[in-house]
Amino acid sequence: MVEFALPKNSRITTGKTWPKPEGATNVRKFQIYRWNPDDGKNPQVDTYFLDMDKCGPMVLDALIKIKTEVDPTLTFRRSCREGICGSCAMNIGGINTLACIYGLDEVKGDVKIYPLPHMPVVKDLIPDLTHFYAQHASIMPWLETKTNRPAKEWKQSIEDRKKLDGLYECVMCASCSTACPSYWWNGDRYLGPAALLHAYRWIIDSRDEATGERLDELEDPFKLYRCHTIMNCAKTCPKGLNPAKAISHIKQMMVERTV
Amino acid sequence: MRFLTDRKRAEGLGAGGTGTHHHWQMMVTSILLVVLVPAFVITFGLGLGGTYEEVLAYYSRPLPAIITGLTLVVVVIHLMRETQVAVEDYVHGIAGKLTLIAVQAFSYTLIAAGLFALVKLAL
Repeated sequence: MVEFALPKNSRITTGKTWPKPEGATNVRKFQIYRWNPDDGKNPQVDTYFLDMDKCGPMVLDALIKIKTEVDPTLTFRRSCREGICGSCAMNIGGINTLACIYGLDEVKGDVKIYPLPHMPVVKDLIPDLTHFYAQHASIMPWLETKTNRPAKEWKQSIEDRKKLDGLYECVMCASCSTACPSYWWNGDRYLGPAALLHAYRWIIDSRDEATGERLDELEDPFKLYRCHTIMNCAKTCPKGLNPAKAISHIKQMMVERTV
Repeated sequence: MRFLTDRKRAEGLGAGGTGTHHHWQMMVTSILLVVLVPAFVITFGLGLGGTYEEVLAYYSRPLPAIITGLTLVVVVIHLMRETQVAVEDYVHGIAGKLTLIAVQAFSYTLIAAGLFALVKLAL
């Protein structure tokens, strides 16, 4: 049964308020979710203040500044700082996005930062994406062929290559899947928008020879058909992709081969 | 504690092999309702305001009776399938399965009762 309230040990409390930077005139308030698995306490929201005249323009810049200059225990993932690795996905001002390409000027008022919703938390802003990655692996995200390997390469026309645009750019940040209510309620069985977008990327690839098997694997009331076209995935995707459209194309192909 | 690999948890029991039929049926009933609902509203509206005998005579004509019967069946089947999805979404385990049985039983009873009433009016 769906739970509409957080369990007692997950309820968020008010945390520590860190001092304001001395002599700063352009100060901004940051409220950041904190949880440490080792101290046995409930999650809390800590309050930080930063001098915006000495801070970079992106949310990740602010997080790095807090970690470097204010609180070294603040924990988050980050790597490329340019929207390619997908590591720094988090919920910023109520929107799942990448901290490295989300400008502080895009957030109105205080900057509230939480981990991606409805996922187990490892620590602070780091969600446990183990199941998410396993679901991605289950859709066989690689080229499957039966024909003998050609001497040089698998050829593809320019038109067929264009069909992969809007699909291959996905960086697996999990912003879309964790914004999807269907994935919140049935994430154990529903593959979610990210895995399904990748599934479609290989289904539509003109070089792939496992189209039927791939569709067979998705022929399931939960794996595919939990998508109710809510469109949160397309709205939140930091790369501007449209997983809901990819899912609707898979459904069309399912009907095409059945009816 | 179960020592399952991440991949085994993700794969679960594998694909159920169904889903497209349900999806297609929802599309078919949706398209049918685009035609049936306005037709029902018009025919039902034309029958309003008459005496008991006039309504009996109205529903003994084939067009209003058939449109009403078709709308009743298609609407209830459409709602039943939609409710099934909602139950699958939010109610899990044995409670979910019992709710699905109850939803189907209620829906078919509604169709039977509605058609019985319509036949009594029409014949």
